[in-house]
Amino acid sequence: MPRKNDDKRYYLKQTKTYINLKKEVFLEFDHVSKQYNDFLAVDDLSFKVYEGDIFGFLGPNGAGKSTSIRMTLSLIKPTSGKITLLGKNIVNEREETLAQLGALIEKPDFYPYLTAQKNLEILGKISQVQKLSVKIDEVLDLVGLTSRRNSKVKTFSQGMKQRLGIAQTLLHDPKLIILDEPANGLDPQGQVDMRELIVRINKERSITVIISSHILNEVEQICNRMVIINKGKSMVEGSVSELLTGSRMKVSYVTDDNKRTLDLLTNSEFKNNINGIEKEKLTLLIEHESIPKLNDFLSNEGVKVYSIEPIRSLEEYFITMTK
Amino acid sequence: MIKLIQIELYKIFRKPRTYIGFGAIAFIVIVVNLGFLFEGEQLLGFLIESLKDKFLLSGNLINAYTMAFVILNSLWIHLPILISITAGDMISGEANNGTFRLLLTRPISRSKLLAAKFISAWVYTVLLLLFMISFSLILGYLIFGVGDLIVIKSTISILSADDTLWRFGYATIYGILSMTTVTSLSFLLSSLSENSIGPIVGTFAIIVGLTIVSTLGYALIGPAIPYLFTTYLPSWDLFFTMELNTAKLTHAIYVNLAYTIAFITFTFYYFKNKDILS
Repeated sequence: MPRKNDDKRYYLKQTKTYINLKKEVFLEFDHVSKQYNDFLAVDDLSFKVYEGDIFGFLGPNGAGKSTSIRMTLSLIKPTSGKITLLGKNIVNEREETLAQLGALIEKPDFYPYLTAQKNLEILGKISQVQKLSVKIDEVLDLVGLTSRRNSKVKTFSQGMKQRLGIAQTLLHDPKLIILDEPANGLDPQGQVDMRELIVRINKERSITVIISSHILNEVEQICNRMVIINKGKSMVEGSVSELLTGSRMKVSYVTDDNKRTLDLLTNSEFKNNINGIEKEKLTLLIEHESIPKLNDFLSNEGVKVYSIEPIRSLEEYFITMTK
Repeated sequence: MIKLIQIELYKIFRKPRTYIGFGAIAFIVIVVNLGFLFEGEQLLGFLIESLKDKFLLSGNLINAYTMAFVILNSLWIHLPILISITAGDMISGEANNGTFRLLLTRPISRSKLLAAKFISAWVYTVLLLLFMISFSLILGYLIFGVGDLIVIKSTISILSADDTLWRFGYATIYGILSMTTVTSLSFLLSSLSENSIGPIVGTFAIIVGLTIVSTLGYALIGPAIPYLFTTYLPSWDLFFTMELNTAKLTHAIYVNLAYTIAFITFTFYYFKNKDILS
């Protein structure tokens, strides 16, 4: 289930009550655009990532996800607009902001002729990590690569490279990590392991995570907030659970007489909600809050409802938003 | 900065391709020395044919200095290729491997990273040149010993054995300067490319192309020839005349410095503002 976007809760001993405080904005895109000659890759994009989020960054190929991520990491300069990390402008304060960021972009590429340990040593030294050997032990243990630390990266499987990719993002204790398609090329078990690892990192280390992914199931399962972009523009931003439940969803009904139910609905206020009959199931497109009213209507008409199944998924939502 | 240079040097010397240059030089030096060992008299006879009528030549004319001088002449076109294999890979190799993303998302300035890469490529160039000259002299000394050096150009210089070694020293220093220009050109091309072949071929094409144009197209670009860095790649041999042509040497040094500064400045400016898409 998607996690709720709850704010920070503090317990006050004097009054024995909890108070909610607004979460800190970690990353903010403020009307950011990127123009390549006559191609507008990112168009006036604005969104916010809050402290503690596992934030899903969704969009079809060519939507501007990679460009946006690269702009966040100072690999690409925005044409206009402002990107801030903890209030600091990433263009003007590049090194300070990068010190707070860890990233795994596209493929997990390393120096193949060097061992996992040596690769991490190089990256750690560049990042000026204190007590580097202890830190390397810690991150290799976290991603389960301790036993392969002295193997050359060219001998690693895709899954191991992905895990090493995650390890290098954590070396310098960042506050935010960006993972671009982290489950890319992984088998189903590897994808599950990767999801668990991301949630662990978020919970145990209090690291905010941004995930760019095409695997919508992944976003649905672990992200609490998301933005969907298309053609460089933000289509929708918000809590995953609210976005999925607050809009029209596809629901399938199995009744004692689907044909009669269809006739009843055709002559009712629900006629615009009818989607069709699929595999002996009546499907409707309906707002979440209208479902009890529909149930009452069918009950009053003497229809026996055997099952109601929401078949709305993030995938459908995504397709609808990016059409 | 020292740490960054150490890291870059470590990466350079962990790549097998780095040793291609050293291997190629060692092979050529050995082959030339063996060639002179078995066919030396015949080869030398051919070289000094025109002098036999006017001079009486005696003593050990095939010696370590002769070997080093011959090898320096023959390798001056190969060396830029060998240098570009490493210098041309310094930036484009990272882009091609995808490791640039790892490096440039670290909290370090692009200029520092670039400076460390250039200095490391330069260290490789210096080591390659030192290896070439020292290996030529040492192997030549072990096989032939030392002796006078005859240099035949527009003038004939016969340099006594005790007046020669310092010339190799200065020729090496000049060689480092001119090869630094080649390194900076290769480095510039590397910053423009996303694969290593482009900078290697590009460096070679520019050097060979300008050399050919300078030779064959004198009427066309005659006035520009004194300002091309390729004109001064073989100027190390200015140290092997009885009277040093200091005016020409100074001009050669200035031209090399000007090109090196121009190439490096452009590389830094371009790379600092470059969008990393690899």
